[in-house]
Amino acid sequence: MGKISAQITENNLTQPTIKSKTKIKSDVPLIQSLIRDKWLYILLLPGLVYFVVFKYLPMWGIVIAFQDYSPFTGVLGSKWVGFDNFIDFFKNPDFFRLLKNTAIFAVLNLVFFFPAPIILSILLNELRVDSYKRVVQTFIYVPHFMSWVIIASITYIFFTTSGGIVNDIVSQIYGKKIDFLSSPDWFRPLIMLQIIWKETGWGTVIFLAALTSVDKEQYEAAIVDGAGRFRRLWHVTLPAIRSTIIVMLILQLGRFLDTGFQQIYLMSNSLNRGVADVFDTYVYFVGITQGAYSYSTAVGLFKSIIGVILVLGSNKLAKKMGEEGIF
Amino acid sequence: MSSLKMHNTRGGRIFDAFNVGILTIIGIIMILPFLYIIAGSFATEAELTRRNFFIWPETFTLSAYKYIFSTATFSRSILVSIGVTLVGTLVCLFFTFTMAYPLSRKKLLGRNLFMNMIVFSMLFSGGMIPTYIVVKSLGLLDSYWSLILPGAINPFNLIIVKTFFQGIPNELEEAAKIDGCTEMGIFWRIILPLSKPVLATFALFYAVGIWNDFFHALLYISDNTKWPVQVLLQQIIILSQGNLTDTAAQGAAYVEPPAQSLKLAVVVVATLPILIVYPFLQKHFAKGMLLGSVKG
Repeated sequence: MGKISAQITENNLTQPTIKSKTKIKSDVPLIQSLIRDKWLYILLLPGLVYFVVFKYLPMWGIVIAFQDYSPFTGVLGSKWVGFDNFIDFFKNPDFFRLLKNTAIFAVLNLVFFFPAPIILSILLNELRVDSYKRVVQTFIYVPHFMSWVIIASITYIFFTTSGGIVNDIVSQIYGKKIDFLSSPDWFRPLIMLQIIWKETGWGTVIFLAALTSVDKEQYEAAIVDGAGRFRRLWHVTLPAIRSTIIVMLILQLGRFLDTGFQQIYLMSNSLNRGVADVFDTYVYFVGITQGAYSYSTAVGLFKSIIGVILVLGSNKLAKKMGEEGIF
Repeated sequence: MSSLKMHNTRGGRIFDAFNVGILTIIGIIMILPFLYIIAGSFATEAELTRRNFFIWPETFTLSAYKYIFSTATFSRSILVSIGVTLVGTLVCLFFTFTMAYPLSRKKLLGRNLFMNMIVFSMLFSGGMIPTYIVVKSLGLLDSYWSLILPGAINPFNLIIVKTFFQGIPNELEEAAKIDGCTEMGIFWRIILPLSKPVLATFALFYAVGIWNDFFHALLYISDNTKWPVQVLLQQIIILSQGNLTDTAAQGAAYVEPPAQSLKLAVVVVATLPILIVYPFLQKHFAKGMLLGSVKG
């Protein structure tokens, strides 16, 4: 991400770092250092308590995945069952359904959503009039800041069979209405439509940043060499964002299992649940609505572990390909 | 000028025209649904059923807005959202900035341990159910604090603020110390005033996040008199079971779905705060996102 970092140093929030020359000795005894920096530790305390209570206590709470947890007996009083919850999950037909749905969303994302911001930022970059470029940018960033509830509400308002604009038009052309919102066939296209509409504009930010770092002289040199518009695109523009594309692609692979909970939860209903359910929504329905705490924690833990492996693996892959990783 | 030369070829001109056209269409598509929803919220019910799509109502009426604000349910949820957003933003800023400052001091013993603890929590989490159990055992279910405290620190924001603090020259601190200032005094009287622009930026980040948040309310708030506007919106439009009259009156088995213009007005009101701060968001979020891609 060298190109991006270069951009950041130009206009970021931070001031230039001034490195302190005095090296702090690390062999100050613990007590002495606690006394010397007591105010710093007091400042640190609220944040530390936050991390312990809301991040590390739940991590310890994962033990209930290996128990038959009951809210009445608590974590300490519940019966240990080993890997039973996991075995139940792997034997359950739901497991393959969740895996399949998640994999389909991940592939659709990669094929339809991932290239969209790249293409859009190249088009924006080709725009000669800067003021018009800014106007377009102002428009395309808007949906990103809307909550998923707003996005889902808008989708419902437009696609509903009772007075939705899309269905009014469909019935005028086609003769009858299509039940987009509860038909399993339309669930995935709608999800893709939403995510492309909401995030494509915003996704251009990182690629446009990479593109601004391209030296104008490179384009001029290419013109002198007789390169046409598309050759310039191929030989100057694309190589400039190549490393950004690779890093974003790898990040995407690392987030393979992270299908947006809010989006899918809001768009799913009893009729399309078969194709809608992914790991997170399943954990919610089984855990919170049905109260199967231990079983759903096991499902969540399975997802987290695979997630960590994917992130670390993709990070390693990035480094192998000569790119900077995220860690 | 070579830039002139770029335009000169005929193919180049056609491409430019095509490109401007495509981008204009994309830009319009991105905001068209909002324009319809705003226009529709001011239109009469009759016009909404008669006309397919419009971005300017024939007759302006405020009746939808008058109606939704006259209902207890909607007014209450707006107040809940405003209150939670204001208090929540202050709480998030307090937790994030007080933690970021000590972590930015190199002399702090255990600094690496704390940083590793934070980074690890970004990589791996206890998950939805264990977190739910913690929130429940703290007695926070159906409390407004459940919408604030579980997300009080965004680790990405924390790391960006910490990096910012590291950039403040040490000399300032040393001078203050000679004048007899404690570390606490340095933080409140020197560091925080210096970071006003950063405070403002992160206030915006957190406020938008809390206003838009649906997840925490879904998990932790079951009492429908405490619903923030995002949950009410889901009830009214997506589940279509909400009428706006008070829930106590909901005795009937069949509840008529609210009129279209009311739905649109509710969406507009829930979106309005975001649209008001949008000019600032656009400016600062882009910076923040790029900063976020730097290692802490």
